[in-house]
Amino acid sequence: MADPMKIRATLQGDVADVRVLMAHPMETGQRKQGDKVVPLHFIQNVTAQLNGATVFSADISQSISRNPVFAFKVKGAKAGDKVVITWQDNTGDKRTDETTVRAAGS
Amino acid sequence: MESTRRKLLKAGWGLGLLAAFGAALVKPGRALAAWNKGAFEAKTMADGMKALGVANAVESSEIVIHAPQIAENGAVVPIDVTSNIPGTSSISVFIEKNPFPYTGTFDFAQGAIAFVHLRAKLGETTPVRAVVVAGGKYYTTAKEVKVTIGGCGG
Repeated sequence: MADPMKIRATLQGDVADVRVLMAHPMETGQRKQGDKVVPLHFIQNVTAQLNGATVFSADISQSISRNPVFAFKVKGAKAGDKVVITWQDNTGDKRTDETTVRAAGS
Repeated sequence: MESTRRKLLKAGWGLGLLAAFGAALVKPGRALAAWNKGAFEAKTMADGMKALGVANAVESSEIVIHAPQIAENGAVVPIDVTSNIPGTSSISVFIEKNPFPYTGTFDFAQGAIAFVHLRAKLGETTPVRAVVVAGGKYYTTAKEVKVTIGGCGG
């Protein structure tokens, strides 16, 4: 099981600024360790929900850096809204974490 | 009495089966099923765009790519893409000279603003291209990023 994500959702006006850091090797399948190729191992899909409604989703490739970071913004959010983020990788491993939207400065 | 109990048991079975079936139907992620293998495995940007169905993309200055002009470390290059085109539903990113240029598509819904920040690996100096879908039309722009140390292999 992968390490937990770090998610931060800060309110700026009525826009939630969501930043997420995922712990994942994002192997490209091109790197070699000794003379053995390290197999492809990367996150394929990310979805984010605000209070149960999907607001942001991504299909991504191995071009994304190791320990991926994403940020996105959602209008109409309030302090206390629930943010749930899920990723799934090409081996079927997945992870879901959640946080709540916080007012700026709190 | 006996018959009522039988009926209840049968009804229970039916419900259980329905519930199990329903769960199985709902379970597979919609977006995951759509992971576009053809586009992701394309070795050139043109093929990747074709597999994605991008056609007649118009160059637009309303898309802003914010990325360093010179990236010292190609393994982690921060890229911000903002689309100021009304009705933007998704942003796709291509890194033209990577072995597999198609880097990802970001979909926005329910109040999400057409903005995404990501960090990508750049194998060499390359244009980074964003393709925006808005109202069923395609818009695009690109920005060159110089890489001094590549992010692939090692």
